[in-house]
Amino acid sequence: MATAIGLAHQVDWDVPEQTGLWKDAWVRFRRNRLAVAGLVVIVVMIVLALGARLPATPGGLWKILHVTNSYATPSLQHPLGTDILGRDQLSRILYGASISLTIGIVVQFLILGIGGSIGMAAGYFGGWIDNLLMRFTDIMYAFPDLLLVLVFVAAFGPSFWSIFIALGLVYWVGLARLVRGQVLSIKEKEYVEAAIMTGTSPLKLIVKHLVPNSLGPVIVTLTFGIPAAIFTEAALSFLGIGIRPPEPSWGVMIEDGYAGIFADPRQVIFPGIAVALTMLSFTFVGDGLRDALDPRMRR
Amino acid sequence: MIPVLFFVIVITFVLMHLAPGSPWDREGRQLSPQVVENLNIKYGLDKPLWQQFLIYVWGVIHFDFGDSLRQPGQHVSDLILVSWPYTFTLGAVTFILLVPIGIGLGVIAALRQNSLVDYTALGLATAAASTPNFVVGIFLIIIFALGMNKLTGGTFYFPTGGMPSPFNPFQVELIMPVITLGALPTAYIARLTRSSTLDTLRQDFVRTAWAKGLKARLVVIRHVLKNSLIPVVTALGPTFAFLITGSFITETLFSIPGIGRTFVSSIAARDYTVILGTTILFALLIALVNLVVDVLYVFIDPRVRLTE
Repeated sequence: MATAIGLAHQVDWDVPEQTGLWKDAWVRFRRNRLAVAGLVVIVVMIVLALGARLPATPGGLWKILHVTNSYATPSLQHPLGTDILGRDQLSRILYGASISLTIGIVVQFLILGIGGSIGMAAGYFGGWIDNLLMRFTDIMYAFPDLLLVLVFVAAFGPSFWSIFIALGLVYWVGLARLVRGQVLSIKEKEYVEAAIMTGTSPLKLIVKHLVPNSLGPVIVTLTFGIPAAIFTEAALSFLGIGIRPPEPSWGVMIEDGYAGIFADPRQVIFPGIAVALTMLSFTFVGDGLRDALDPRMRR
Repeated sequence: MIPVLFFVIVITFVLMHLAPGSPWDREGRQLSPQVVENLNIKYGLDKPLWQQFLIYVWGVIHFDFGDSLRQPGQHVSDLILVSWPYTFTLGAVTFILLVPIGIGLGVIAALRQNSLVDYTALGLATAAASTPNFVVGIFLIIIFALGMNKLTGGTFYFPTGGMPSPFNPFQVELIMPVITLGALPTAYIARLTRSSTLDTLRQDFVRTAWAKGLKARLVVIRHVLKNSLIPVVTALGPTFAFLITGSFITETLFSIPGIGRTFVSSIAARDYTVILGTTILFALLIALVNLVVDVLYVFIDPRVRLTE
């Protein structure tokens, strides 16, 4: 015993400092410059988007018409110019950011709720419950994603909330499959066996073992789901089935601008860049999170 | 396959009919109640839902998809047959260009890992994968139609829309739609090829192939690609399905009268029968493609055997 302790003491310098999963992941995430840049862009956008919803700030200008001042070139007063009705483009883009970010981020909680619980139930209970839930998932999988969202939005009528619910009702499928797979593999692990044998209650088993150990891949999947949701909202609005004018979502702005593209291409360039930049930022953050949360990827 | 298609019909049918509003809603002046009632009787919309459903399924079994509700006198199958060639030509041309470009980029990037070529290919793929296709299309229009028109004084520029002949794969009008539609799947295939090739390059049998003094070309073609392209071939099926079912944005952007446009306009018009018909077509296509991939898989990967 004494020698063992002595040995351990001697090789102490070789043992890496003990860190928690999350601290460790954060250190690895910070090393990925693109991911950090993406995170910074997102945080700045969230702050600006929050500002756009306060009526007293310049963001509240999106409603103000100056019909005599249409298609104004960028100036100090209108940094990105104005649209056909003379509305300030910058504040419209910021308002659009608040719609895109809300849909992109908040809908992930809905997806987590539906997909997480279905996947967890299928993986945990197994048997006929698993069979039934997975057959249902397979059927949902047979629809092309965007197509099914279109059908749902058509059924609910075009509005912010119907897009929101449609996205949740469609994109849970991938997450349910992932969670089920995770739960099935974790259930085989020795520590879960040990927990079951020591008489841990099912609820505690799920909360203490199954959820924390499948969290990494789930977070990564949800992060990649954000740009997908933002894209879908913009695409629907662009097709004229999503957010309705005068509310300026990015898709609506691109649709409007596309109609007058020969008069003033700036009308589509700025919202286009906004969508692409946001999606790119979330993709980089997702890449960074995936590398940071998967210890096997450690170089 | 049949049960999946059946449930696809059930879900779409129920969603369409439970939705508020009807195909007879008009902007502005509404139809009189008597007219609406007559229309409902004409198209069988007055019957109970389960009866409508049985009639519809009975029709589908006999390849009768009903009449369009909003385009009087048009069969759904006729509408689909007219618009299908446009979508198919667009998708097929994109697919034929996408496969060599995507795989080629991926393989080159993997063989020259961490070189300038690799970073360029990877950067392009990431950018293409996270730029929405309508933004790609609009930027193409701004550069190659608007910009070139201005630069050359109107003598040379790409046309921004239309597709004069549905069967001709060689027309200028196709260039921009093909890039718009193909950017994302090409990026996806390139990334998949790159990571799969990188995995294979680290395998023991590849090291053995190098060690026994095989020529680089033979190592790459016979040992690396033969293995690394298996997951790529599997992904090509869904990619093709995506090119057909995901073309409605490209079609709307470039005014191509394909099946995606038919679907989007029928959604806006609540044309139930057209929505159902196209959805069934898309689901059938996806099911078929998955079947083909499963069968192909047995041929390209001898480790997989069909077992009962």
